[in-house]
Amino acid sequence: MTQPDRGFVSLRDVHKTFGAHKVINGISLDVAKGETICIIGPSGSGKSTLIRCINALVPVDRGSIHLDGIEVNTPKLDKLALRRRVGIVFQQYNLFPHKTALENIMMAPITVLKQDRAEVEARARALLKKVRLAGKEGAYPGELSGGQQQRVAIARSLAMRPDVMLFDEVTAALDPETKKDVLTTIQDLARDGMTCLVVTHEMGFAREVSNRVYFTEGGLIVEHAPPAEFFSNPQDPRTREFLSQVL
Amino acid sequence: MQVIYDWFLAFYERTGINLSFIYDNFDRARIIKGFWLTIELSVITIALSIVVGVIGAWLKGARSGWVRHSVDAFISIFRNTPPLVQIYFFYFGLGFMLPRVMDPISGTMAPMVTNFQWAVLSLSLFAGAFNIEIFRSGMEAVPRAMVEAADSLGYTRSQIYWHVVLPLAFRNCLPALGNNLVNLVKTTNLAYAIAVPEMMYAAKQIWSDSSNVREMMIFLLFAYVFLVAILVYGLNWLERALRIPGYGQMGGR
Ligand SMILES: Nc1ncnc2c1ncn2[C@@H]1O[C@H](COP(=O)(O)OP(=O)(O)O)[C@@H](O)[C@H]1O
Ligand SMILES: [Mg+2]
Repeated sequence: MTQPDRGFVSLRDVHKTFGAHKVINGISLDVAKGETICIIGPSGSGKSTLIRCINALVPVDRGSIHLDGIEVNTPKLDKLALRRRVGIVFQQYNLFPHKTALENIMMAPITVLKQDRAEVEARARALLKKVRLAGKEGAYPGELSGGQQQRVAIARSLAMRPDVMLFDEVTAALDPETKKDVLTTIQDLARDGMTCLVVTHEMGFAREVSNRVYFTEGGLIVEHAPPAEFFSNPQDPRTREFLSQVL
Repeated sequence: MQVIYDWFLAFYERTGINLSFIYDNFDRARIIKGFWLTIELSVITIALSIVVGVIGAWLKGARSGWVRHSVDAFISIFRNTPPLVQIYFFYFGLGFMLPRVMDPISGTMAPMVTNFQWAVLSLSLFAGAFNIEIFRSGMEAVPRAMVEAADSLGYTRSQIYWHVVLPLAFRNCLPALGNNLVNLVKTTNLAYAIAVPEMMYAAKQIWSDSSNVREMMIFLLFAYVFLVAILVYGLNWLERALRIPGYGQMGGR
């Protein structure tokens, strides 16, 4: 159960240090079910770390992270219960190179959720179609372009039927042509009501697709606002500085 | 067949080259038995040494320091001592400490573990210790990000090992594994030292009886060349069969 005063995904005063290096210094944010938010900020500002905290890939030092009422920052966390509800897609795709596109999508539901193979396969084929890769079922990751691999990676996450999707600069390694296909795929997902947290440098995407934009620097959220407001009237000088560089 | 045997006997009488293991029924039976026993030893120890390697490599990634150090100690002992000393240690050191048991067939007291079994155990652990290190380095070449991806999909530690890390690590380390297995096949002849009648042992019995050391040595050399060639052929086939399309270099694109 989501508590009334907290979002579907909700962070409260989250801190994280790597050794002596403070990477996240008290971040709070709330994302409602079905919302898409974008997180932007200079590299090294802790965006990837923040995203990875949410599915417990990175354990936090302090603060509370809720996902639909599941407390993430507790030793009693049921990791499987959390991870079947949260999908994550990385910059480098990280597909399993020894499995075909279809097998990559089928593996987790079969291995982790012990679901019926035939049923999973039907769903995997439908997912490949959804990310517009019908016909590539038998291709190995090494035989696909970066953009195609990234869409398989998205389908692989979706096969677990998550409630939340995390995207960490998923188009950063792609050329402009294939970037568009991947962004369109995420946009379709957002339209279908998936809750999405998107770390990105694509300002056009943030402006058009997101409900809110967060700007991070030095492990803090400097400012957040709906995209229209955020891009036309940034309040903080650091945000203005950043936007003047990327726009 | 008899024609061939007669020819080799005549060949011996004419030239003095004594291939008794071809024309002599008793010698032939001995060498064939030895040859098969060498193959049996090789196949069993290859399989068991891979099992030792796979399990050991997994345990080396264990959370418990005690488990990791035990694996390290095991590796040190078996890598840093001569395999002949290991075989003697097992057969004479451990073997004589075990009680003798009643053999239900012959009705006499017999050792609990036969010399063949000691040879299998000893050689498997010897090659297995190397396999642990080989698998381990193959695992280190698997990108950390691959593990993170599986972890994020809810895989448990052992599922990650079996479904992601091991299949990739195995491909990465196949050349090194091949070298070690070839070495193992060559080392099976140490079972000779504890009277396992494998090929080398059989050859020695024959040359003692028939005084044809030179001929038997040449035979042994070619027989091992032949066995290793089969293994290398099998390994190359495996490497081709496991090749992943579009996955050229080790561990990434
Ligand atoms: N596992 C780690 N160990 C040590 N330092 C890390 C680790 N992960 C990230 N960092 C450091 O944390 C800082 C923020 O990294 P990151 O979250 O990747 O930022 P961003 O994604 O915004 O570029 C960087 O200085 C990085 O070097
Ligand atoms: Mg990053």
